[in-house]
Amino acid sequence: MLLRIKNLRTHYRISDGIVKAVDGVSLYIKEDEVFGLAGESGCGKSTLIRTIMRLIPQTAIVSADEMSFRGQDLLSFSDKEYRDQILWGEISLVPQSAMNSLNPVYRVGNQIVEALQAHTDITKSEAMDRTERLFKGVGLQPQLTRNYPHEFSGGMRQRAMIAMSLALDPSLIIMDEPTTGLDVLVQERILRELKEIRKKKKTPTSIFLITHDISVIAEMSDRIGIMYAGRIMEQADALELFNEPYHPYTLGLKNAFPSIRALDRELISIPGSPPNLLEDIPGCLFAFRCPFVIPECREARPPDLEVKPDHFVACIRTDHVEAFRKLAGDKKTWQSSKSTT
Amino acid sequence: MAILEVNDLKQYFYINPGLLAKLLGGKQPSVIKAVDGMTFSLEAGEIIGLAGESGCGKSTACLAIAKLRELTGGIVHYKGKDIAQMTKSEVKDYRRQVQIIFQDPYESLNPRFTAFDIVAEPLRALNIGDRLEVSERVLKTLELVGLKPVEYKDRYPHQMSGGERQRVGIASALVLEPELVIADEPLSMLDVSIRAGILDLIRDLSDRMNFTCIYVSHDLSILSNISERLMIMYLGQLMEMGSTRDVITDPLHPYAQALISAVPIPDPAYKRPIPNIKGEISQPIDPPPGCRFQTRCLKMMDICCSDDPLMKEVKPGHFVACHLY
Repeated sequence: MLLRIKNLRTHYRISDGIVKAVDGVSLYIKEDEVFGLAGESGCGKSTLIRTIMRLIPQTAIVSADEMSFRGQDLLSFSDKEYRDQILWGEISLVPQSAMNSLNPVYRVGNQIVEALQAHTDITKSEAMDRTERLFKGVGLQPQLTRNYPHEFSGGMRQRAMIAMSLALDPSLIIMDEPTTGLDVLVQERILRELKEIRKKKKTPTSIFLITHDISVIAEMSDRIGIMYAGRIMEQADALELFNEPYHPYTLGLKNAFPSIRALDRELISIPGSPPNLLEDIPGCLFAFRCPFVIPECREARPPDLEVKPDHFVACIRTDHVEAFRKLAGDKKTWQSSKSTT
Repeated sequence: MAILEVNDLKQYFYINPGLLAKLLGGKQPSVIKAVDGMTFSLEAGEIIGLAGESGCGKSTACLAIAKLRELTGGIVHYKGKDIAQMTKSEVKDYRRQVQIIFQDPYESLNPRFTAFDIVAEPLRALNIGDRLEVSERVLKTLELVGLKPVEYKDRYPHQMSGGERQRVGIASALVLEPELVIADEPLSMLDVSIRAGILDLIRDLSDRMNFTCIYVSHDLSILSNISERLMIMYLGQLMEMGSTRDVITDPLHPYAQALISAVPIPDPAYKRPIPNIKGEISQPIDPPPGCRFQTRCLKMMDICCSDDPLMKEVKPGHFVACHLY
């Protein structure tokens, strides 16, 4: 097991109270797999990865039952130990809006050279050689290392960021919305290149892919998690999650997503909007929008139930899933639950 | 009857070289041909989709049609009238009948206006109705877009979610009861679970209020769901046009084929083909003669570099601008 997280909470204290941005997330990432995490804006997916990368403000309150990387307890690492032993070498990050993550006054290649030299003992010319090879690996011409970020298109900057994340040959790359904002043809090429890079690499690399775009998740991932309001509602093997979803939120999302391969399918939106994470809500956080809600749902937080091997669902009504799957395809089911937007 | 006829629409922008370059080299200004010869017509009541990558000129075309820019060339007829030749009162009427729904509900609403004021603004700006009538129409329109007037009329944008804001944006476009609505990526800032609701709303209202709609987006999955006809644009020119089903299931232009095969499918079992395309999108600055797509096309022929391909009706209602056909 590469990364294992149990019951992670990241709360922010603000003047109005405590925002429970991540509230009890358990997940694991195996060696050599792509784990995709899908969720809407504000569901806590960026906070989750920033917690793993230790990029959150000091005021945040973090707690977890377990957070380990290859069996090493990450919680016991000091910030310095974490930077020296884990960051970039073992876990690297392709941040959201990678377009703006490059320093505009440095040549792109030098930024990667700098990262290489900060973490290894190689000379500058060796680092430059390596940077050029990395550029080739992501489909950029080696001479582009001498260019400045503004001379790059959005797709090229994204590739440069991916090259940087690969620089120290990490075993886990976390990608936060890696293709959001790119045109579909550019997105397609970057996703394809990622697959090829993983195939070509000698050491196995896992990817933790975070995006709101379920189509991209479906295309890339071996396993998928669905996040909502700071919690993971369901996680399973990709095919299984699409073919046999259990959680009503997953069922709803599937209906809401358009596909050019299903022109006649009617889209159904999920009424309502996510809950305010400032409030103390005892039960299931999806209960407000769920058409299958019963009073018990609002009483206690549903545990992560393992309905099949490696398939976890945070719902207390999984016994009725057959009926739910049938009903979820009907627009009336969703309209009957309350609220307007 | 066609409500809108666009004929050879052109919108160019000129980049002036610096003074020094002019003095020393006599350098000529370069031309960005943002929209370069776009021809199509719209039937009353239909929803047409306009697809293309960023920078292909789709928003520029919309602004030109809405008469928010002076055309460089070409003629736009609205209900048989040339929009460039309209009198002042006709322009005022045109402004009422043609409305835009903007992309970003977080930035396009005035933060100091309540929902009521935002929706009332177009009426006030065009001096339509007295206080009572304004109030009546605003409340009716809010109701129409699914926002309970009593609950929402006094809210400011920051007190609403993204979906609610976009509904306010739609209400302010519809309060004038327009006949042509241009929706410029109205969903791109919204979450998946509420997108379908806004799509339904636009479709339902276009039926009930009987307006014609140009729906602009880069997202073919969404366009395939809402539009009856689809146009594919590349670097300022239309490449293909036809019924949505024809274009999506049987694209003819090599660009349309590549674009459609690059769209990710929400199904992990589906294996997508690799798009047949090379290179990256460039900019329409001083484009060479011939087809705009020549540099990226894998089926390029000699004629593609010399002659502009014309729109041809290859199948009934299915047009393509490509020398292959």
